[in-house]
Amino acid sequence: MNYLSIILLLPVLSFLVLVVFGKKWGEKSAYVSIGAMVVSFALSIYALLFVMGGGHTEITFTWASIGSFKLTFGLLLDALSAMMLVVVTIVSLLVQIFSFGYMHGDKRIGWFYACLSMFTASMLLLVYSPNYVQIYMAWEGVGVFSYLLIGFWFEKRSASDAAKKAFMVTRFGDLGFGVGLVLLYIVAGTLDMDKVFAMHLPEATAALIAILFFCGAVGKSAQFPLHVWLPDAMEGPTPVSALIHSATMVAAGVYLVARSYPLFEMGPVSLEVVAIIGTITAFMAATIALTATDIKKVLAYSTISQLGYMMMGLGVGAYAAGVFHLMTHAFFKPLLFLGAGSVIHAVHSQEIFDMGGLGKKMKITSITFLIGGLALAGIPPFAGFWSKDEILAGAFASGHITIFIFGLLTVLLTAFYTFRLIFIVFFGKPRGHHGDHAHESPAVMSMPLIILGFFALTAGLIGSPFAQNAFQGFIAHGHEAEAPNYMVMGASCIIALIGIGFAYMKYMTNVLPSNVISKDNFFYKLLVNKYYMDEFYYYALIVPTHAVARAALAFDQKVVDGAVNGVAWVSMQFGKGLRHIQTGYVQNYALYMVIGLVVLLIWSIKILGLF
Amino acid sequence: MSYPLLTITIFLPLLGAVLMQLIPREKATAARWAALSITILDLLLGISLVTGFKVGEQGMQFVQKFAWIKTAGISYYVGLDGLSMPLYALTLLLSIVAILASWSIKERVREHYSLLLLLEVGMLGTFAALDFVVFYIFWELVLIPMYFIIGVWGGENRNYAALKFFIYTFAGSVLMLVGILALYLTSGLGTFDMVQIMQSGYHGALATFIFVMFFLGFAVKVPIFPFHTWLPDAHVQAPTAGSVLLAGVLLKMGTYAFIRIIAQILPGEFQRFAPFIAVLAIISIIYGALTALAQKDLKKMVAYSSVSHMGYIMLGIVALTPVALNGAILQMVNHGLITGLLFLIVGYIYERTHTRDISKLGGLQVKIPILGGMFVFAALASLGLPGLSGFVGEILILFGSYAPYKIYTILAIVTLALTSFYLIRANQNAIFGAGKTEHEGYKDANGRELISALPLIILIAIIGVYPKPFLHYIDPAVNTVLQMIRGS
Repeated sequence: MNYLSIILLLPVLSFLVLVVFGKKWGEKSAYVSIGAMVVSFALSIYALLFVMGGGHTEITFTWASIGSFKLTFGLLLDALSAMMLVVVTIVSLLVQIFSFGYMHGDKRIGWFYACLSMFTASMLLLVYSPNYVQIYMAWEGVGVFSYLLIGFWFEKRSASDAAKKAFMVTRFGDLGFGVGLVLLYIVAGTLDMDKVFAMHLPEATAALIAILFFCGAVGKSAQFPLHVWLPDAMEGPTPVSALIHSATMVAAGVYLVARSYPLFEMGPVSLEVVAIIGTITAFMAATIALTATDIKKVLAYSTISQLGYMMMGLGVGAYAAGVFHLMTHAFFKPLLFLGAGSVIHAVHSQEIFDMGGLGKKMKITSITFLIGGLALAGIPPFAGFWSKDEILAGAFASGHITIFIFGLLTVLLTAFYTFRLIFIVFFGKPRGHHGDHAHESPAVMSMPLIILGFFALTAGLIGSPFAQNAFQGFIAHGHEAEAPNYMVMGASCIIALIGIGFAYMKYMTNVLPSNVISKDNFFYKLLVNKYYMDEFYYYALIVPTHAVARAALAFDQKVVDGAVNGVAWVSMQFGKGLRHIQTGYVQNYALYMVIGLVVLLIWSIKILGLF
Repeated sequence: MSYPLLTITIFLPLLGAVLMQLIPREKATAARWAALSITILDLLLGISLVTGFKVGEQGMQFVQKFAWIKTAGISYYVGLDGLSMPLYALTLLLSIVAILASWSIKERVREHYSLLLLLEVGMLGTFAALDFVVFYIFWELVLIPMYFIIGVWGGENRNYAALKFFIYTFAGSVLMLVGILALYLTSGLGTFDMVQIMQSGYHGALATFIFVMFFLGFAVKVPIFPFHTWLPDAHVQAPTAGSVLLAGVLLKMGTYAFIRIIAQILPGEFQRFAPFIAVLAIISIIYGALTALAQKDLKKMVAYSSVSHMGYIMLGIVALTPVALNGAILQMVNHGLITGLLFLIVGYIYERTHTRDISKLGGLQVKIPILGGMFVFAALASLGLPGLSGFVGEILILFGSYAPYKIYTILAIVTLALTSFYLIRANQNAIFGAGKTEHEGYKDANGRELISALPLIILIAIIGVYPKPFLHYIDPAVNTVLQMIRGS
């Protein structure tokens, strides 16, 4: 058996074993799941080295075939998938180790690890996929395990609501993906990527299919207007949020666009759509993050915003930069989430205004969180800077000036809300008594923070001019990276520092009056209510659907079934004339019918003279 | 064939039903075990049919034919092909599940099991019959035990439901009988042999008349909108075993007959009327999903979901493309497994809670995690989750239906969101949530309940993960059907 399939099968096996024995083994389940992931990670590193040495593997087998119609399954190892394999397995591994501390004492911990395993396996299946059916299947697998994990504490109504919302909203986007799949099969006659990419589809057709695929990505990667599920998904255990927000789930949408890039290029309009949606998402989510007061919600909106950057990058043609940002984000975002988890674990609250001055009590958490924050805000030399900067440079170079300006504005907002969070939580004086007994989390939780912190600091360097943009060269198959644009770099760096400066003045000094923005202000209300998107969906979609469903049921009972009962009633009235044979037993009616038919049969045989 | 294995598997349950009468009325346990042993033995024999089946060959296998009433051209004629074999196997399996599901029945146990065995004979015979008279007898044989199962062991409104089921579907079969007689009388062959009749062409007004008779007869059975209203009543009032077999097997008799009889005997008419049936199919899909969404009763929701799911199968049948037809036949099996499982679990839950009101359930995952988990699994399978069997049938149907019916196919895809909506909502409101005090003290699934559900769960997963071998069974039969249609 090929080692590539082992990378995938180990977590699947872990899932199957834990479904059966997870309850019995309790916390020991973690060993199975973590052990599987360690091996998968090691093999992924091997796979990456293999590809870096110029290797390429593709294995396929037929999954279903009907005549000439064929659906295949397979494992495709190239630069993009090798990179993702490593990212997915290492982040999943660290999250699983962290969970061992975080989920300590939970009575369903075996099931938790089972789901984590399969969640990761689904993502691996997606990453490997050389064809669209497999991607779609893995895609839905990622969706269902995120559903089970977000709703892990299903006793809580809010948790099962959030799970339902995540499933339904992403499924809504998947309708587009599904229609796109069928359409692609009809026009291309195949769903194998390399065959599709080798074709010359008409521009309009390619654009339509690409945009339909993008609908799925909009749902999965929480792009405007289907981003509404992601903030609610915070109801899941924090390690799950860390995983969902980095290497799995939300990464899937960006990965789909990156993987299908040749298809998008065949219909360039689709890339414009991707760029515009990405920009709107990046900017909008950043504005909402300004007013959020729940530590995880701030991070959730920051994820949406960063995903917007990735789409923006892909859309403006900066393919490698978009993928690069996907990679760096996959390190600094779980770092921030696990850090937040560590904080929540310590103070038992998620409200940032319950916190304060935690820096002294939780040294490792606060330092690593600061690293993650700097990476998110885009300060050099931290990971996020290099990748975000490439995206902005790409927007500038391709002449998307409006997008470029909004990209820069979002840098300002990002730096501000990130450091608003950091100043309030880790600096100043404690607010209230939540933080009285706060202390550093155990090593099993802080160790993953340190490792992720290391990557958040360094992962960007491999794509920086210092390393001759080695990452981009690797991912983009030797396409030359653009020359570094020092003007853009300088601008984004200064703007980020300005954002941090504002946050400092507002939350660390009294230079800015605290009532700069009134709580009755229209814009403030708009942001606090997240642009009323949830309300919009509720009244525009859910209420009408239920109304139509109720109307259909009433129609069914009154009209359709009413007609049936009406026919029965009329027959009964006729039957009254024949009361003497009306015995009321259904068997008798049946008998009459059979007798009648036999008579009819004999009569017709006679008439037709068949014998 | 050295010995008549097919005939033996058809009639073994009949022998069982007769022998059951030797068991004293009060020995309920003996009756249960006897019925279970017979169905298991039948399945074991059936497995040798499955393994002995020559995969990839067109035409009938395990054929047995001898003259019965020579003067009228009636013969005992049975056989299986890639269309009937999967349904035959499904019937053998679900009969065991039904027997296990009725273990908790306390009254008239012997009669209950005898009827289940009779029902099995009818179902098996329907799928195997190749002579119209034999077919009609088995078809009707299904009706009577089911009528009593609903009417005697059913829920609070059982008499109304049983009578409605009987009269409605019997009216359907009478029309079918008229169609059969018309075929017989006009073919000039003087035979009820289906295979022979398939070779003779029917045209003009006569063909249309016969088509309408058959169409009405089968549409009731499937059921297709607007002939479906017997279904929610019958499904909800039937005891668990009855619901499992109704949804799992009886509905498939309708879609099976569409392919076996209408498509192969009246291919011209079938093609002519296919667009019209497609309209009804898409209405069933959307309408069934909407009415399922509006349900407050969990069992009724599953019942209406069947209307929607059977609509997908009908769409696959009338698309008349190899991919869609393969998908439709596979989906018949999948729907039997998945909806059978849903009814099974809903039945087990009802035995504990004594309510099917979704708002009164809730929090079951805390109290009975195994049953709750199995419901969630079945719901996910039903909404077409990839990796589980429902997905395979669905995408094949959708891929295959796009070319002839673009708009309908897109509508069918969009309706999948509604399907998710009602099933996810059921998970949410009936299974998840905080544990309720009134559900205190329920026991989770016992060994017997677990064993009844596991084969379904495993098959749903296997077909979903690797459908290729299953499609190899089906594909040759699909080719036969499509060749006939193209030849017309």
